[in-house]
Amino acid sequence: MIDSEGALAQARTADRRRAEGDAGPLVGVPIAHKDIFVTRGQPTTAGSRMLEGYRSPFDATVVARLADAGTVTLGKLNCDEFAMGSSTENSAYHLTRNPWDESRVPGGSSGGSAAAVAARLLPAATGTDTGGSIRQPASFCGITGIKPTYGVCSRYGMIAFASSLDQAGVLARSAEDCAIVLGAMSGFDPRDSTSAERPPQDFHAELAQGRAGASAAKPLQGLRIGLPREFFPAALAGDVDRTLRAALAEMARLGATLVDVQLPRTELSIPVYYLIAPAEASSNLSRFDGVRYGHRAEHYEDLQSMYRASRSEGFGPEVKRRIMIGTYVLSHGYYDAYYLQAQKLRRMIADDFQACFRECDVIAGPVAPTVAWPIGTQSDDPVANYLADIFTLPASLAGLPGMSIPAGFGAGAMPVGLQLVGNYFAEGTLLHAAHAFQRATDWHTRSPRLVEAAR
Amino acid sequence: MNGESARRAPLVRGFEVVIGIETHAQLSTQSKIFSGASTAFGAAPNTQASAVDLALPGTLPVANRGAVERAIRFGLAVGATIAPVSIFARKNYFYPDLPKGYQISQYETPVVQGGAVDFFVGEVAHRVQLTRAHLEEDAGKSLHGVGRDGTRAGDAPLDFPGDWSGIDLNRAGTPLLEIVTEPDMRSSAEAVEYARALHTLVVWLGICDGNMQEGSFRCDANVSVRRPGAPFGTRREIKNLNSFRFMQQAIDYEVQWQIDLIEDGGSVKQATVLFDAEHGETRAMRSKEDAHDYRYFPDPDLPPLVIGPDWVERVRAAMPELPRDRATRFQSEYSLSVYDAAMMTQSLTIADYFEAVAKASREPKLAANWIMGEVSRRLNAAGVDDIAVPSATLASLIARVADRTISNAAARQLLDTLWDQGGGDVDALIDARGLRQMRDAGELERIVDEVIAANPKSVAEFRAGKDKAFNALVGQAMKASRGKADPGEVGALLRSKLA
Repeated sequence: MIDSEGALAQARTADRRRAEGDAGPLVGVPIAHKDIFVTRGQPTTAGSRMLEGYRSPFDATVVARLADAGTVTLGKLNCDEFAMGSSTENSAYHLTRNPWDESRVPGGSSGGSAAAVAARLLPAATGTDTGGSIRQPASFCGITGIKPTYGVCSRYGMIAFASSLDQAGVLARSAEDCAIVLGAMSGFDPRDSTSAERPPQDFHAELAQGRAGASAAKPLQGLRIGLPREFFPAALAGDVDRTLRAALAEMARLGATLVDVQLPRTELSIPVYYLIAPAEASSNLSRFDGVRYGHRAEHYEDLQSMYRASRSEGFGPEVKRRIMIGTYVLSHGYYDAYYLQAQKLRRMIADDFQACFRECDVIAGPVAPTVAWPIGTQSDDPVANYLADIFTLPASLAGLPGMSIPAGFGAGAMPVGLQLVGNYFAEGTLLHAAHAFQRATDWHTRSPRLVEAAR
Repeated sequence: MNGESARRAPLVRGFEVVIGIETHAQLSTQSKIFSGASTAFGAAPNTQASAVDLALPGTLPVANRGAVERAIRFGLAVGATIAPVSIFARKNYFYPDLPKGYQISQYETPVVQGGAVDFFVGEVAHRVQLTRAHLEEDAGKSLHGVGRDGTRAGDAPLDFPGDWSGIDLNRAGTPLLEIVTEPDMRSSAEAVEYARALHTLVVWLGICDGNMQEGSFRCDANVSVRRPGAPFGTRREIKNLNSFRFMQQAIDYEVQWQIDLIEDGGSVKQATVLFDAEHGETRAMRSKEDAHDYRYFPDPDLPPLVIGPDWVERVRAAMPELPRDRATRFQSEYSLSVYDAAMMTQSLTIADYFEAVAKASREPKLAANWIMGEVSRRLNAAGVDDIAVPSATLASLIARVADRTISNAAARQLLDTLWDQGGGDVDALIDARGLRQMRDAGELERIVDEVIAANPKSVAEFRAGKDKAFNALVGQAMKASRGKADPGEVGALLRSKLA
């Protein structure tokens, strides 16, 4: 969805700011927002028929902050319906293709954001990550993505999927660009009670500072990178495994120390996530009832049938599936066995990370078990699809910051991302490591053939 | 306490009545509990509903500190535990006036835990234990109209061809404190006096305006009956009682209904009922058999509500003197009885008025009697809460009674005038009406001598031991003084002369 008028108006404002000597790094920079952020200027659909034609009377905090920083918003980017999915195939509107191979998915749910940046349509785009929705499409599309610590970016104006997990972030071409954009969109927001009350951070300035005791040749000197054994299982695709090991060797060459660590409950993160996220979603999506806004069925007899018909027509199958799962696990008699148990395990998963961070500064591993898969090949068995989220879910459940950085290419010459996970509010550490890696390598500068062809 | 109440409780047709009350007190904050929209009553529909209240996509709740502070104030006033950490939870159900599809409330961990409310039924002291008090948001209102001029919505008639339903979300998100008692009450009278005491308290504390017509204070009564000594019976919940009179009527009706049912061999089924004031009966809304599963879970949009000891202390320091404490002080400082002290602390207005009158007149006992008697009678008759006579005026009047300048009867007569005029110069009025009691000892003595001389028969009878004769003599003397003599003085003088 392109908003030419709005973009031109913002561009003129940016020109004026530049003319007046405002040289802010984002003044005049074109970006676009995942269609899960509400925007006053353009329709907001969350990829759902439910919100077809919906106009928000206000901008999301993230959108407003980036506009204040001078960005020019070109429009909205496709995503899985209500951010539920990992291929953007769950969008009710469009199919988004992977610029590296148009027969493949871009990943999801921020697939539109990743594809647009990979295709060099935009230098950066916003995304949201609930269980990997920034990191996985960044990996599939060969770009850099960061999901900060839960609470760093305001959730106000981000259409909620799972409130305790949702976090806004950036998809861009490099760690440096991520740092600039993240700095402008993050920070405490009194309208979001879960936003962290911390002084604003200039992630970009922190990049330049460098590590104590490091040198130009060994910028990662002293950095301990933990490799959880559970992140390198035998089942990991060989191409992904080889690509990541080469990237880690490069990190070591830059001075980092690789240490073995453990995240023993990695596998449990799948059932835990797929109980908690749907539970919250089932409640968050109750507001879409056809009463005040959004889709209302044309034919109904009474209130109950209006609800039933409006929601049956408005929501797609994956959203319905998660609403049903979530409703079930919160129901009387099941709550303790499912939801409460999942919450306990969630805490233990977070504790496991803290144990790791006593031995390392950053955790590294794959983002996804494979490269991007061909469109339409995802299994009819949703559980099989959920398994592919195994490496991104643990950090989401713990609320930790995570990144995906281009690490090379695997099967079908498709990009492979390296995931870095830091401790709470250690975005600076992550960005620094990624930046150092990108100064020594050129994976992040590679662009798809279609981009090359267009040049 | 439970057992004690039970012993005192009168049985109804051989059944013991068991009542618990849930009260929704609307907290008197300027803005809503989770949004910045105004809480003022009576605005045009949906003009006081913000994006948050409408549950527009992307909106999030932020807890109102003022609402939390009022909950703390209430908790301190009833001697409850203020939970250092309490949890906002979502109560999920679909209804058109519930914009999010869930209500934010507190479920497992409420902010106020325990506590008790003390009150009198007649002159008998009662105490009802509270289970809890929790913060929650109110829902909006559904309005239904019939036909083109269906004006049941209130102000503006809506121009619809047929029957219509409308939603007004002005009330959505209004802060409520839901105050829940143990099933401690054993009669409708106890229930009503509890509700009155609670009403007094929340208004006294300044946390609720107490306006029952506007729904700022509404009660649900859980009522069951049982044979003495038997386990609790099945209860039915009477919803939305918005007057004390209706509460009493509704409970009385419900009790009879349940006993009739049981005596006819039936059994009470748990249900929610409404009181139909027009017909004076309760009617089931919907049986609880299709009860909702509300799927409560902690609201992930709101972190746990943390109330540190410093916050509690700040609230405590700013608390008004509580009714209980003030009553105790009235007992010790003004030598009031327990009952009188309770009566003088039924509202902040009464308490302040009493204290002003007591101080100015230096006659606290008389002040209490006059306020309980003459002042209350006039207030009740007028159906208002405003005392028409300034405290200084009543104090002068009482002082004139105390120093025997005027009789009680004369003072009551004067109060009528003062009430109508909204005050006045007590001494000037006494003189203008010639109500001053005879204080001239010589004049009184002359009257007494004349009476003795004129009534030898009565004098003889009195000396023979007939008290009736003495009263007749006093009466004669009072008559001769045209009512201005002090009957006590007359009596004393007569006795000394006839001794």
